[in-house]
Amino acid sequence: MSAGVEVIAERPERRRVLITGLSSYWGGRLAQALEAFAEIEAIVGVDSRDPTRELERTEFVKVSNQHALIQRIVRAARIDTVIDARLVVDSITTSRQRAHESNVIGTMNLLAACAGEGSPVRKFIFKSSAHVYGSAQTDPAFFTETMARSSPASNPIERDVAEAEASVIDFATKQRNVDVTVLRCANVLGPDVNTSFSKLFALPLIPMIAGFDPRLQFVHEDDVVHALEHAAVHRLPGVYNVGADGVLALSEIIGLLGKRPLPVLPPWGTGVLTSPLRALGVQIPPEMQSLMRFGRGIDNRRYKASGFEYGYTTREAVRAFSEHLRLQPILRGVESSYTYEGEVERFLRRSPLTRQPEERDRRTSGTEQEPFGI
Amino acid sequence: MAPRNTSLAPSPEAAEDEAALDVPERDRMRSLLPAVETERRIDDWGRSERIEGVFDATLVEFFYRYWFRCEVEGVENVPADGGALLVSNHAGALPPDAAMIGKAIRDEHPQPRPLYMTVEHFFKGYPGFSALLPKIGCVPAHPANVHRLLYDEGQLVLVFPEGRKGTEKLVKDRYKVQRFGRGGFVEAAMRAEAKLVPVCVVGAEEAAPVFARSKLLQKATGLLYFPLTPTFPWLGPAGMLGYLPAKFRIRFLEPIDTTLMGAEPAEDKALVQSVAQEVRARIQENLHEMVSRRKSVWLG
Repeated sequence: MSAGVEVIAERPERRRVLITGLSSYWGGRLAQALEAFAEIEAIVGVDSRDPTRELERTEFVKVSNQHALIQRIVRAARIDTVIDARLVVDSITTSRQRAHESNVIGTMNLLAACAGEGSPVRKFIFKSSAHVYGSAQTDPAFFTETMARSSPASNPIERDVAEAEASVIDFATKQRNVDVTVLRCANVLGPDVNTSFSKLFALPLIPMIAGFDPRLQFVHEDDVVHALEHAAVHRLPGVYNVGADGVLALSEIIGLLGKRPLPVLPPWGTGVLTSPLRALGVQIPPEMQSLMRFGRGIDNRRYKASGFEYGYTTREAVRAFSEHLRLQPILRGVESSYTYEGEVERFLRRSPLTRQPEERDRRTSGTEQEPFGI
Repeated sequence: MAPRNTSLAPSPEAAEDEAALDVPERDRMRSLLPAVETERRIDDWGRSERIEGVFDATLVEFFYRYWFRCEVEGVENVPADGGALLVSNHAGALPPDAAMIGKAIRDEHPQPRPLYMTVEHFFKGYPGFSALLPKIGCVPAHPANVHRLLYDEGQLVLVFPEGRKGTEKLVKDRYKVQRFGRGGFVEAAMRAEAKLVPVCVVGAEEAAPVFARSKLLQKATGLLYFPLTPTFPWLGPAGMLGYLPAKFRIRFLEPIDTTLMGAEPAEDKALVQSVAQEVRARIQENLHEMVSRRKSVWLG
């Protein structure tokens, strides 16, 4: 199972990577992370919006889900690795139609762009979600990669994720020469990423469904970026669960956050109550309702067996998030906002007057020289 | 559209590879289990040391010592380490037998360890039970849960193969061990290379006698079944705990080692059935013997 792990860095050739959803949180973070790898010769990012993060050598191309255009980019730039970090897994981030458009139609188009005679693509990494397992009464306590969900998907996000993943798996069975990696990520928690759970945990009192205390598992945002990076630099065909160690009861999480539970959501007819709650600023989208009732745990051992190490356990991720919540009122407004300026980026990358990234000194991380060194 | 959650490019070879994992590979997968975080007082199954401790020191202690006056035989038959599947007879409305078996191991065993009790999926969906039962060591009876507990974590798991046929049976059918499902528990133990420990409980069947069941009230409350007992539903939900003070005797029988049954015994359906029948027969035989030696239901 893990015998096929082989570091691509050992191969002589240089890599060329395409990242979809460059302007999404994951796309931007991943591009920043991959820029540090010398063996990755080129990073191309596509998105329909401007990038939201400062990138040094990533080339941005503004393009929507048109497979003909993406195919031309892939072939022209001789892309060998495609990382699809575009999946919408939380219905609060965008409208239902746009999520469906991106998740199902977008994935289909991207796969079409990577397939076909003479395609240079040898590796496809798909960021999926543990939503494919759903959350139901008859679930096992820990889903392994080979288990199917126990009941059909009942909400749009879960249906979209299942459909998108099914088309990736179909692609994998047809394109035998492409290594396809699917990463099923647990719900993400972290200071920068905006999810239904981070919204819920920021409330002063945390609503629960009366009589239920679901077991929940999270993964820290940095670990998701590292997991994508790990898949990018190693040869790991197959499906992998990505979720931090530890499954916590919701009441335990509320305790760690230093908050109080508010078990007011009625166990029956919970769905009816969600629209008046939305007016009050509490959003519980449908895919979250079943999680608030039955929870979900995934078995993360397969990815660990491939050599991946998590930086945070679920408990540590919750604690990190709670520290962020305490700092938030102080940091509000201080965060530097980056705006993409196409002309400036072009000048920095193209002008003969600027030094190109390869020539620049490697960024030294962290420790600056102390002026009054002891 | 049917979502296919199987691993990519499913091929028969891949499935064989998985089955033929050699022992070091198994040990490696075990070593990758999440480490215990000592600051946590709840485990990954939702079991809470604190809440279980409170129950253990109060309600369970009272019933075990003073109300049922439990007497335990053969507790040394429960292995001190490694996965073992305890198989017991089962009876009574909201059966007290599981809690008493857990308490017997905790109090009488030279090396006590926690017992995970399997319960129906139904409870995970019923408000109140859903939040409470995992806290005191109950897990839904999913084959994957039993396998992980036995094989990967090497824990003690208690099953009642009679299932609802046991709890629903009326007082006139007491100590008639019902059919043992389809032998799924034997397969689970075989796959997990765990020992099977048959357990006999005398007393539970008189402590919470069910005189009748109400189909109408069952539908109205959405419960699994609606028993009519001396105290339930007359005293409200607390009437579920209105046990009669029957004398409890718990006997742990000699363990059956499933690893001595050849390679892949779980695939041999005839063997699975005969082991299941053997376990049932041993429990029934011991129950008859224990009941025949008992002078009084209440005094023992």
